[in-house]
Amino acid sequence: MISLTINNKTYNLDVDPATPLLWVLRDHLDLVGTKYGCGMAQCGACTVHLNGEAVRSCVTRVSQAAGKKVVTIEGLSETNEHPLQKAWLELDVAQCGYCQTGQIMSAAALLRKNSNPTDKDIDAAMAGNICRCGTYLRIREAIHLAADMGKK
Amino acid sequence: MSQPNNSVNRRTFLKSSALAGGGLLLSFTFLSAFKKGELPADLEAEDQWYEITGYIKITPDNKIKILNPNPEFGQNVMTSLPMIVAEELEVDWTKIIVEMGPHDNVKLGPQFTGGSNSVRMYWKPLREAGAAARQMLLLGAAQTWNLPVEELTAKAGMIYHEKSGKSGTYGEFASKAAAIAIPKGMKLKEAKNFKLVRNSQKNVEGQKIVSGKPLFGIDYKQEGMLIAMIEHPPAFGMKLKSFDATEALKMPGITDVFRQTLYEAGMEQGGFDTRTFNELLVVVGKTTWEVMNARKKLKVNWEPAGETKDIINGRTGKKEVVVPGKLETTSEQRKLMQEYANRPAQQLRKDGDPEAAFKNAAQIIERTYNAPFLAHNCMEPMNFFAHVEADKALLVGPLQAPAWTEPLLSKVLGLPADKIEIQMTRMGGGFGRRAYGHYLAEAALISKKVKAPVKLIYTREDDMTYGIYRPMYTATYRAALDANKNLIGFHVKGGGIPEHAIHANRFPAGAVDNYLAEAWEIPSNITIGAFRAPRSNFNAAAEQSFLDELAEAMGKDPIDFRLELLKRAKENPVGKNNEYDADRYAGVLQLVKEKSGWNKEENKKYSRGVAAYFCHNSYAAHVIDFINKEGKPTVERVFSAVDCGIVVNPDAASNMVEGAVIDGIGNALYGALTHKEGAAEQNNFHRYKMIRMNETPRQIDVHFVQNDIDPTGLGEPPFPPVFGAVANALYRATGKRYYDQPYGPQLNSAKRAF
Repeated sequence: MISLTINNKTYNLDVDPATPLLWVLRDHLDLVGTKYGCGMAQCGACTVHLNGEAVRSCVTRVSQAAGKKVVTIEGLSETNEHPLQKAWLELDVAQCGYCQTGQIMSAAALLRKNSNPTDKDIDAAMAGNICRCGTYLRIREAIHLAADMGKK
Repeated sequence: MSQPNNSVNRRTFLKSSALAGGGLLLSFTFLSAFKKGELPADLEAEDQWYEITGYIKITPDNKIKILNPNPEFGQNVMTSLPMIVAEELEVDWTKIIVEMGPHDNVKLGPQFTGGSNSVRMYWKPLREAGAAARQMLLLGAAQTWNLPVEELTAKAGMIYHEKSGKSGTYGEFASKAAAIAIPKGMKLKEAKNFKLVRNSQKNVEGQKIVSGKPLFGIDYKQEGMLIAMIEHPPAFGMKLKSFDATEALKMPGITDVFRQTLYEAGMEQGGFDTRTFNELLVVVGKTTWEVMNARKKLKVNWEPAGETKDIINGRTGKKEVVVPGKLETTSEQRKLMQEYANRPAQQLRKDGDPEAAFKNAAQIIERTYNAPFLAHNCMEPMNFFAHVEADKALLVGPLQAPAWTEPLLSKVLGLPADKIEIQMTRMGGGFGRRAYGHYLAEAALISKKVKAPVKLIYTREDDMTYGIYRPMYTATYRAALDANKNLIGFHVKGGGIPEHAIHANRFPAGAVDNYLAEAWEIPSNITIGAFRAPRSNFNAAAEQSFLDELAEAMGKDPIDFRLELLKRAKENPVGKNNEYDADRYAGVLQLVKEKSGWNKEENKKYSRGVAAYFCHNSYAAHVIDFINKEGKPTVERVFSAVDCGIVVNPDAASNMVEGAVIDGIGNALYGALTHKEGAAEQNNFHRYKMIRMNETPRQIDVHFVQNDIDPTGLGEPPFPPVFGAVANALYRATGKRYYDQPYGPQLNSAKRAF
């Protein structure tokens, strides 16, 4: 049995401890906002927070998450009104939308450490997240917008 | 999205009622057969929807639903197509419920996402549907109030009789309206009267996207659903010989391992039934991770497939295609292409006397351009849910072309088409890849075999190494100049594996007196298909790079040179069947020239490249500005001009152009899929470089030509010319011309030459 705290809820699961957190979230807990993209920490679609740090859940064994706080896109904000979510909607960032939850989770970790990131900070923090549709420009703008919202 | 298995089969009921006919309330008879409290819970609160044309449903309490007919893969049709309906229907957009329509080509049209067709093919039918429904509601109100319909007006979901002050919601007249025959030939609004179309509306699924709701095929789940994966041969040209699954079957969660033939020998394939491998080794289990692990325990013997034959009955008629058995390697393919390039080829178009022009030329410029296979790399890998039972099948997932895939499913399952239900989810990208429905056939056969609901998932490696790729292309361009540096002859000879890319009737055809286009093709076992702007995505790199070099050789500004050719094509066109409109083509060049401040002093610090292209009935031009950063040319800004007629949802359309620009820069600099002994050498994103945030331009300015032309394509047209503009800008940044894609690896030691 592995005990997990995900989005402030505790789950006790009987799974192979080597199972990537990604597949526990998706297959066992139906938290499908965390996406599968590459399975080797190359695309960022599976980004979640582990004790506040952005991690790739596709290469994070569920045993590594035991006893730590996991936050997924579903738990980023109780009302789905995190400044980043609002900024994403304001700028209508998404095209296909598949990578965007991972993008938002990476951006949220950035903003927690750096409330006023420059373009360069954003480029560095977001370089691990691929958007095949090419919405990067809007993602960059949305992160700035969310940072501005945070200041108000 | 998940549906419990034990619920009353409402979908089946709805489908059969819909087939049974008319525009009447779908579930009325069904609901009235139950007494209150007897209904299953999920039907108890069901709204009574009256269907008013196939696209619109309204409840008596005035909930208004518009069905989006076309699969959504990020081109924003879930929003833009319902906007077109709503414009004529006269409703308050903020109150509209938008829902993905079922697969129903009778009621909802062709339902094909591809060819930049969504808005252009639905523009008229959706406006007509909106206008017809509005008229049906007006007639319903006229009946109810016993008033002449001419005295009634419709506005924002309400009907008014000004004289008497009477008013009512659409919902109040929905039941009457639904019984009225759909009127034809309704007068449609003039463009100047649009209130919703041409005004940016937010993505109707935005909230669901940013909060991680299950929207995509890979998110779909049913009770008792198993996960399936396919172990493919390691290389094109190989096939399954034998396997030992003893160890794999001992792995936790694994329920089955078996061999499955996809298409029976001699099966007639449709044009989009392309499949990579026919003998599938299938692993089925309870969870994704367990299946992934079990695959590693398989002991498999592969063998050369040898030469095989396919019978294809596609757009160009029925033909037998011989698929060669050779295990192909990129370097050998390149050599073979050079050989073919020197042989006589098929003539596609000839104007004037090109042979004489080249014979008499004072100067001949000849350049050859090459491009590799490209993988689509949709962020959501290929997947599909299937539940096949004895007499029916349900398939749910990401798909661009349900109407083409249903006949295939019917063939492989031996079920009549009306027993097959395909539900289209939002797609995590498509780019042409999901027009090829073989993965539905795979999922369906697996479900049939294991007698359970199954979700087939491709890993990223499966998705990348067994693709339906953009072909490998080459083209040699030649220009003949006279002693005064006038262009007197133009010759393009293109080829590809396994298809060439030449559009013989496009610019600069029509603008040069002596013109020759030729092409050749080399068969291959590497599967190819549509990739965002097929063929154009290579032509616009090669031809637009060549025109840039030609302009320089002629001592002309690259934009002015193109405009001169277009002037000729308009005033005195050469030959027949020129596909493009010279005015619209020149229009985007003039617009991008103006908006980019072309030749302005303040922009001299940039290495600027320009390119323009016509495809999918639209026109696009870009100016791309590079600067040198840390000794490496880096994209800084992009100016885009697009003429796609009326722009339905401008902000989303700009987003699409921005995306096409970034996609184009990424593929021009990095995109490449190569093979060794038939095996793809790139299997995941650590080997297949994708453009990322840190390589994204600071600024992309998108400008649309303002006109009232019915919408033409948008998803594809801005993509191809990016390649040419990148190559031309890189020339100005480094002093070196770029002929081979991808350009990025050639830039590592680049220094600004001037």
